[in-house]
Order: sequence, then C-alpha cells, then structure tokens
Amino acid sequence: MFYREAGQFKTSYAADMAIFPLLQDRIGIGVILFLAFVGIPAFGGSFFLGAVMVPFLVFALATVGLNLLTGYTGLLSLGTGGLMGVGAYTCYKLTIWFPEVNLIVWLFASGLSSAALGVLFGLPSLRIKGFYLVVATLAAQFFLQWCFSRVGWLYNYNVSGAIEVPVRTLLSIPITGPNATPVARYYVVLSIVAVLTLLASNLVHGRVGRAWMAVRDMDIAAELIGIRLMPTKLLAFSMSSFVCGVAGALMVFLWYGSAEPDVFSIDLSFIILFMVIIGGQGSLIGSFLGAALIQVLPVALRAIPAALGAPIAAATVEHITFMVLGALIILFLIVEPLGLARLWQTAKQKLRVWPFPY
Amino acid sequence: MRYLVAIVAMLGILFGVAPAAQAEDTLNVPVFSYRTGPFSGSGIPFADGIRDYLTMLNQRDGGIGGAKVLVEECETGYDTKKGIECYEAVKAKNPLVYTPLSTGITLALIPHAAVDKVPVLSMAYGLTASAIGDTFPWIFNPPDTYWDTNSAIVQYIAGQEGGLDKLKGKTIGFMYLDAPYGKEPIPLLEQLGKTYGYTLKLYPVAATEMQNQSSQWLNVRRDKPDWMILAGWGAMHPTALKEAAKVNYPMDHFIANYWVNDEDARSAGDQAKGFKELAWHAVGTGFPAFQDIQRLVIDKGLSKTPAGEPGTVLYNHGVYNAMLIAEAVRGGQKLSGKKMVTGEDVRRGFEAIDLTADRFKELGLAGFAEPLKLSCADHNGHGRLFVQSWDGAKWVRVSEPAKPMTDVVQPLIEAAAKDYLEKNTAWPKRTEACDKPS
Repeated sequence: MFYREAGQFKTSYAADMAIFPLLQDRIGIGVILFLAFVGIPAFGGSFFLGAVMVPFLVFALATVGLNLLTGYTGLLSLGTGGLMGVGAYTCYKLTIWFPEVNLIVWLFASGLSSAALGVLFGLPSLRIKGFYLVVATLAAQFFLQWCFSRVGWLYNYNVSGAIEVPVRTLLSIPITGPNATPVARYYVVLSIVAVLTLLASNLVHGRVGRAWMAVRDMDIAAELIGIRLMPTKLLAFSMSSFVCGVAGALMVFLWYGSAEPDVFSIDLSFIILFMVIIGGQGSLIGSFLGAALIQVLPVALRAIPAALGAPIAAATVEHITFMVLGALIILFLIVEPLGLARLWQTAKQKLRVWPFPY
Repeated sequence: MRYLVAIVAMLGILFGVAPAAQAEDTLNVPVFSYRTGPFSGSGIPFADGIRDYLTMLNQRDGGIGGAKVLVEECETGYDTKKGIECYEAVKAKNPLVYTPLSTGITLALIPHAAVDKVPVLSMAYGLTASAIGDTFPWIFNPPDTYWDTNSAIVQYIAGQEGGLDKLKGKTIGFMYLDAPYGKEPIPLLEQLGKTYGYTLKLYPVAATEMQNQSSQWLNVRRDKPDWMILAGWGAMHPTALKEAAKVNYPMDHFIANYWVNDEDARSAGDQAKGFKELAWHAVGTGFPAFQDIQRLVIDKGLSKTPAGEPGTVLYNHGVYNAMLIAEAVRGGQKLSGKKMVTGEDVRRGFEAIDLTADRFKELGLAGFAEPLKLSCADHNGHGRLFVQSWDGAKWVRVSEPAKPMTDVVQPLIEAAAKDYLEKNTAWPKRTEACDKPS
C-alpha cells in the first residue's frame, strides 16, 4: 500500500534507467538526505557528530568501495586496509607539498593513487580467483603496511612514525586540525560520501555494473557474451580502490587527526569485509547498514549504561559490548544470511502488499 | 512494533548525549584506561594505581582542596580510534586533564589540548619534544622523556663497561614495539651511537606479533649484541623475557625502560633473574600514602585491586601519575584562588610543580621518588633515574640515581620541537602567561 509501483508509468528510456524509478524511493532518499544534511547536524550533539556519524560515514564509504569489488564483481580482497592507507598517505604528502591547494581536491586526488595501486595488485585476479586471490591481496596488504612503517619518506621522517594532519580550511572554515568543529567535519565527510555513493550507484546500475555482475555470476559466460575480462576486472579494482582510498584519507584527515601505520592493519581490512558481508554483498544500502551495525552499534551499546546512570566499570561495558555485538552478528546472519540489505528488501516487499499479504 | 520501540529508544539514548549531569563541586579527572585487549596486562595495574590514589584522597582528605575528585574511566584498549572516541565523550564534561596512557592517543590529543584548554599529562611517555614548554604549553611529560631514558641506559651500560669511551666497537640491540611509542627513542640511540661509536641493531616487534618473537631472538642470537635494550608493552614483556632465556641471552645485559611490571618478570620464572630496568620511583608499599590506600580504599571494598598488586612497578607508576595530577590541581587551586579549578588553572599548576623531598614527605611518600621540578620552559624535569634488577621475587636497586645525559639530549629535544613547528605551520604561538614561581 505504501510502496506500490502501480500507476507509475515509464514513458522514456531515461525514466527507465533512473536510479530511483519509483516515486516512493525518491521521497525516501529525499527524506534521508534532508535528515542527514539538516536534521542530524541540527539535533545531534558534538559527540554524536564527531564520534558516531563521522566514523560511520567513513566506514560506510570504505564498505561501498569494497562492495564494488567483492559484492558486485565477486573478487574477494583483503587489501582494503592497505589501500585506505595509500589514500591517507598520498593525501598527507600532497597537502604537505602543496598546502595552498584546497584539501578537497587532494582528498579526491588521493583516491587516484590508491586506484593505480589497486589495479597493480588486481593484476593477479586475471588468473586466480576465490581464496587464491585473497592470498594475493593479503600480500598487498602486508606489503603496503610494511611501507607505511618502514619507508620514512611517506611520513616525512617523523620520529614516532606517525603522520600528523595539518590544519586545512574550506571557505576559511577549518575542516581539519583541532579547530575543526564536528559539524564542519561532518558536512565535508557527508558531502563526499554522498557524491561518491551517487557515483557508485550510477556505475552499478549502468553498463559497467552489469558487466561486473556478469563476471561475478560466471566469468566464462560473461566472456562468451562479449565482456572483456581484463578491463572489467581491473576497472572494478580501480573503482573500488579509488573509493577506499578516499575513505582512508577521510579517516585520517577528518576523523583521527593523526595516524600510525597500525591503523591500516589487516584488522581494518577484516572489519570492512565483515561490513560488506553483514550488510549484504552487492548492495549499496547494505554497505551503510553493515557499517552502522559494526561501527555505530558498539558506540551506542557503550553509551547505554552511562546514559542510564548504571554504575558499570568501563572494562565490563567493553566486554558486554563485545558479547552483545557478537551475538547480534550471529543472530542477523541466521535470520538473513544474505545480509541486512536483504532484510530491507523483504521489508519493502512487505510494505508493498500491506495490509493484504498473500 | 517492538523493533520500532527498540530503535527509537536507541536513538533517544544516542541523541540525549548529555548523561547524568556532573555534580557542581566535583573535579573531573577522566582516566583513559585499558583493561581489555593484549595490553591489559600493563594497563590494569596502571589504571588501578591512578584510581586508588585519587579515591584515597577523596576518602582521607575529602578530595583535593575540599573538592571531591570524580574519577571516570574510559576504556581505550590501547587503540587510538577508541581513545579519540573517549576524548569526544569526555570533552563536554569539563575535564581537568587528559591522561591517555598511550603514546598514539597522546599524539592525537596534542593539537586539541591548546584549543580545548585542557592539559595533557603523558607521564614519561608521549612526544619527547613536548618537554619544551614554550612550544607545547599544554603538554607535560615528566619526569623523563624517552630520550632521557635511553641516554640513561646508555650511560649505565657505559658505567658497567668502564666509561663512555669503552662503548666503541660494542653492539647494542634495541628491541621495541613497532608503534609510535617504541620508535620514539631510535633517533637518540642512533645519535649516541655516532658519538660513542657503538653499533645499534634494531629489532622491531609488531603489535600483532608480540607473543611470537622467535624470529627477532634468532637474529639476536646471530648478532650477539653486547647489551639489549627493551621498549615493550603489554604481552610483549613476558614473551621477550622468555625468549631471551631460551636463546641464553645474559639477563644482566638486558635492560628495559621503566614499563616492565613485576608480573612480566615473574612469568619468565627463575631465568629472569638479573634482568634490569630503569626506574625513577621506588617499588613496594612501605609509604604512609600506600597504607592509606590499603586502609581506606582496598580494605573498604572501594576498589577491585587484587592483593599483591599495590607496590608493583606499574601500580606505583599509576600512583605517581595520580599524585602529579593531584599536585597540579592543588597548584592550580593555589594560583587561581578557586576551589573549582578549570583545565587552564591545572595547566598553571603543572608548571608550578616542585616536588622536593620535603614535599614528598608531606604527601606521605617520603623517599618514594626522585625530586621533580617543572617550569614554563621545562615541562619534563629530566629527573634522576636509577637501575633496578629482578632477583626472582622482587626488584633490587643496583645503581645510584643519576641525571640522564641532559647536555646531549636537551639540544636534540629543542631541535625536535623546532622541527615540529616547521612541519605544523599553523601551530599556535605560546600566549599563556607564565606564573612566577612561588
């Protein structure tokens, strides 16, 4: 009843290819964007914006990136952490060399170098698949992490081996460094995430995305119908790495403020892979849901005892959070093995026929 | 519907970020601790020491200067990401000082300190250059920087070898946790190696490989360094000691900085006998303040500190850390004339810290630690350090307290501070006035 496409006719090809062909979807995305751009900054506190929303958006973007590769093209990768690091270190080097250029430019530019490396490490994917590809990307992860801690040039020979983010402004409002307010950082992250998600959405709904999915479903069949595997797979690697690289740069510049090589460890790759799996492979909304479950839920769980005034020690809260989160992940995967995105789809289907289910 | 209620409740909790309002007359001292994860072995005694000492002040004196201290722990797991989350969470609650207990988190907080007007106390860790008060008015790292520490170790080695000139041709191995903390001393050790002619061998241990150091120790066996220096943390310590014993490395030539706890040494059993570490304060509980902690806090069940933990190296580190905070708050109260001080007053209090032997006696800690005096220019003190050796059951002092090689280290620290300024072009100039020493 709420979500019925009856009466919405598509009279042109453009209408048929629209990202949101249904009026309800357009209203929905409008409401979400309105909430994100107006509602949350207006009502969310500094902690909510800085410690919940910014990390959530950064992880969501990285998950979107990995989803392009793993979910849409079916190529598993454990190099996400390293490639995010490439983005972060590139952005750091570029903004130190050219401080007068706006940081936003460098945030996007850092994705390019990450994309180039992604293509390089994606080359084995032409010959190997599945677990063997995982091992190849794992090598990339370890190699990149080794570079971050051993190549002094990358961190400008800082004694502690960490990179420290300089102050950068946008329209003379500081967006990085200590003076950047959570609201300013949130808007920058949100805008970039929105733009890149739109880009990803266009990609996966168009010719490129169809080619990716064809390769995922059966690469020999895809080859037979005329999809060239090499450019398709490498494009998937480059787009995925581009998005991950930007996410890494955002993570260091607009969230951490400084980063040590350990930040880009294999753990980060795993976390993002889990977000893809739990959110739902091959779904953009799933990327956001997965990031929300793994990143935001622990913060919320940690905040509950304090908000209720319960006298529970910080360490106990941490242990409880671990247990609850683990249980929830198992529960969600039992209820819906295809991820949260599938739950969302089921919900939409239910809404479509409500109140007369058949 | 039930799900909807749950989601609404969750959002309500998230948005209603203002948890229970702080009482008007409490001094908020947040403690970033880690009682979970691979570093909890080191984090727990440290956090217990801080908490117990401040709780004891609340019980015995009714707080500091008549205002109760609110000690709130925030779990970081030694993870910078969670540390930043903790920072965002306590920022709004008017904290007086941040004690991150992690060099990585300290590095992330340093730029924020001046903006939020809350000092950062990184006691004997953190950024070495922050000893320069003119550049880092909000950061304090007493009583010694890592460069002081390692110069003191080199000095001790020279003393054992029979003079600094005897270091020529020797090999010193440096085994460190591959994190900002462990890397901090490397430039100093390299510099001293150039000056005195010893060869420095580096053995990094990644945090993920802490409990598997066999490859590093194989290298040690091959290189046969004359001395080994250890800069580890958490689970890295017991493993290093066990592995050292396995390759028959002479324990009396194995020296750590001051972060090895009794438990770490004990776990390596008898073979750890003779292992050495640096210290600036005593171990044991033979001080009136510790007896007060036992009587007023632990015996009353106000603390979860297990028996046997007070008096260990890291617990006493925590007590020392808390004592510095209390002194700074007291100093701030005196300088500002207010009972309810702010972060700005506490910063002034830190710069006025003057812990003499008499002052330690007044605090019930006579003979506990080496004297310490901070000033506007010197946020570190570069205090005296001594070496203690593990005899299988307890630590025994084996050297007299001595000043680190300040003449060598100080110019390097100043250069590092200048370098920091160059790399961070918009770093604010010090505008904070300097109080006259009273």
